[in-house]
Amino acid sequence: MLPEEFADLEPFAARWCIATEAGRYAERLNSTMAELEAFYGAAHPRVGAAMAYLDGFELSDLPEPQLNLLHLVYSLIMVSLPVEVWHQPRVIDSGTAYFDRYLEPVP
Amino acid sequence: MARLATPPASWTTRYPELGTGLVSYEDSISPEFYELEREAIFRRAWLNVGRVEQLPRKGSYFTKELAVARTSLLLTRDLDGQVRAFHNVCRHRGNKLVWDHTPRSETSGVCRQFMCKYHGWRYGLDGQLKFVLQEEEFFDFDKADFPLVSVHCEVWEGFIFVNLADEPSQSLREFLGPMVLGLEGYPFHLCGERFAFKAQILSNWKIFLDAFQEYYHASVLHSQQQVPSLRSFETGYKVPHFQIDGPHRLISTGGWKGTPRHLLPPEQMYPIEPATQAGLMGPWERPDIPELDPANLPAGLNPGNLQPWSISNFQIFPNFVILVYERGWYLTYQYWPTSAGTHDWEMSYYFPPARTASERIRHEVTAVVSKEAALQDAATLDGTQQGLESRVIDKYPLSDQEITVRHLHKAVGDWVQAYLRDGKGTRA
Ligand code: FES
Ligand SMILES: [Fe+2]
Repeated sequence: MLPEEFADLEPFAARWCIATEAGRYAERLNSTMAELEAFYGAAHPRVGAAMAYLDGFELSDLPEPQLNLLHLVYSLIMVSLPVEVWHQPRVIDSGTAYFDRYLEPVP
Repeated sequence: MARLATPPASWTTRYPELGTGLVSYEDSISPEFYELEREAIFRRAWLNVGRVEQLPRKGSYFTKELAVARTSLLLTRDLDGQVRAFHNVCRHRGNKLVWDHTPRSETSGVCRQFMCKYHGWRYGLDGQLKFVLQEEEFFDFDKADFPLVSVHCEVWEGFIFVNLADEPSQSLREFLGPMVLGLEGYPFHLCGERFAFKAQILSNWKIFLDAFQEYYHASVLHSQQQVPSLRSFETGYKVPHFQIDGPHRLISTGGWKGTPRHLLPPEQMYPIEPATQAGLMGPWERPDIPELDPANLPAGLNPGNLQPWSISNFQIFPNFVILVYERGWYLTYQYWPTSAGTHDWEMSYYFPPARTASERIRHEVTAVVSKEAALQDAATLDGTQQGLESRVIDKYPLSDQEITVRHLHKAVGDWVQAYLRDGKGTRA
C-alpha cells in the first residue's frame, strides 16, 4: 500500500491508512496501549523522512501509495498523544466529551 | 525585547461596575431565565452564523438551525453576489423550505431556486416567490406579496452576522464596538483551510464560554501540556492582558511564563512537536504571507502590546469567540443554546491553505493537539452543571483573572434587565 521507500511501515498500513479523523480517533479508542506503542515505535522515527518525501509530490494530486503514507502520518499524530502524554488511549479527564470533526481538508 | 505589560494591581477593579462580590449562576440553571435570554439576547444581538467562504459563489446557500430563537435560517448568495438571510419557512403552509436528510439537520449546496418539497412553490435566491402550482386557484393572489421573510444580515471581515429583531437597535459595527473592530485588516480571507467540529454539550451555554475564557484552570486541568518535569499544581498561570468593551471581552497571552512554545528547549516538549515542527500553538514556522507578518497585523489584535504575544481571545457577545494565534492561524467557537442546561457547540480551525504535505501535516498536529485540550475543557461541563443545579451553593467567588467570567454573567444580566425594563412585549 505504501511507497517502497517506506516498506518498513507496511505491516501497519492496512490498519492505519485511514482517511478521516473520525476514523482514526475510533481506531485509537479501539486499540490497546501495546498496539499504539508498536505503531508509534515504528512510525515516529520515520515522520521526518515521510514529510520530506511527500513534499516531492503535489499535495492536491497525490498518487495512491503517497496518499496512503500521508494518512499513515495522520494516524501517527493521532496515536502520539496517547503514547507521549496520556499513557492511555483516551485523553485524561475527558469524561464523556466527544467532538465530531465533520469537515476537514482533503487530503 | 521580552517585555510583559505591567499588569495593574487588579483588572477587576478597573471596571467598578463589575464589583468584586460573590456571583450567582442562577442564570445558567433557571428555565425561566433561559426563556428571557432567548428574547432579550438571541432575538436582539447580532449573531455570527458562519463565514463567506461557506457561500463561495452565486447560488450557494446553507441552512442554520437556531433552536434558541425557534427558527431555521436560510443563508444565500444571490445572483448579484450579495449575502442574504431568510427564515427557512415556506409562505404557503409553513413547511421548512430547504432541508436534505431530515428537516432538523443542516444542509448546504448550490442552486438557482428553492423548491418546497410539499406543493412545489419556488423561490429565488433573493427570496422572491417565483412559481406557484395552479396559481389561478388561489384567491386575490399576487406572488409579490409572498416573498421569504428576510432577516437582517451583515458581513464583517467575512463573518456573516444576523439579527432577528424587526429593527436592530444598532448596526453590526456599532454593536461590535472599537475593541472588536480592532481586528479589522486581519487576513481572515487568506485562512480558508477549515477543520470543523460539533458537539452536544450537557451544560448551559455560558458555562462552556466560561471554561474557555479564563486561564486560571490551565496549569491544573491541562497540567499535561507541560512535560512531567515542569508540572506543578503550586504555581499557576497569570494572564498578562484583559480588556472589556461593552458586552465584549478580550484576553491576550504571551506564552507560558513569557516563552513561546516553539522556542522552548526540546526536553520541555513532547517528541511529536520537534518531529513535525508543530504543536498546540500552531505550526512553528509562520507561512511567508506578508499579511501575516506581525509588522502588518492590525494594532488592535494585540492592544496590550504584549511582547512576546501569542494569542488574542476575542469574546464577542453573546456566543461567538475568535482566537487569533501569532503563528498565523485562527479558530472560532460558537455556543447555540438548546435548553437551560444544554447547548450545541461548534469549533472551527482556519489555516492558510497548505501548499505542501508537510504544511498539511503540521496543521493536523495542531488540530489534534488543540482538540485534545478542548476535550478536557468540555469534560468538566456536565459536572459543573450538576453542581450548580443542586443549588447547594448560591454564590461563588471569582479571582481577579476570572474577570471575564464575572463580566459575561453581568452582561447577560444587563441585557435581560434592559429587555424587562424597555422591551417586553415589543420584541425589539
Ligand atoms: S408548504 Fe411549501 S408549497 Fe405548500
Ligand atoms: Fe482549557
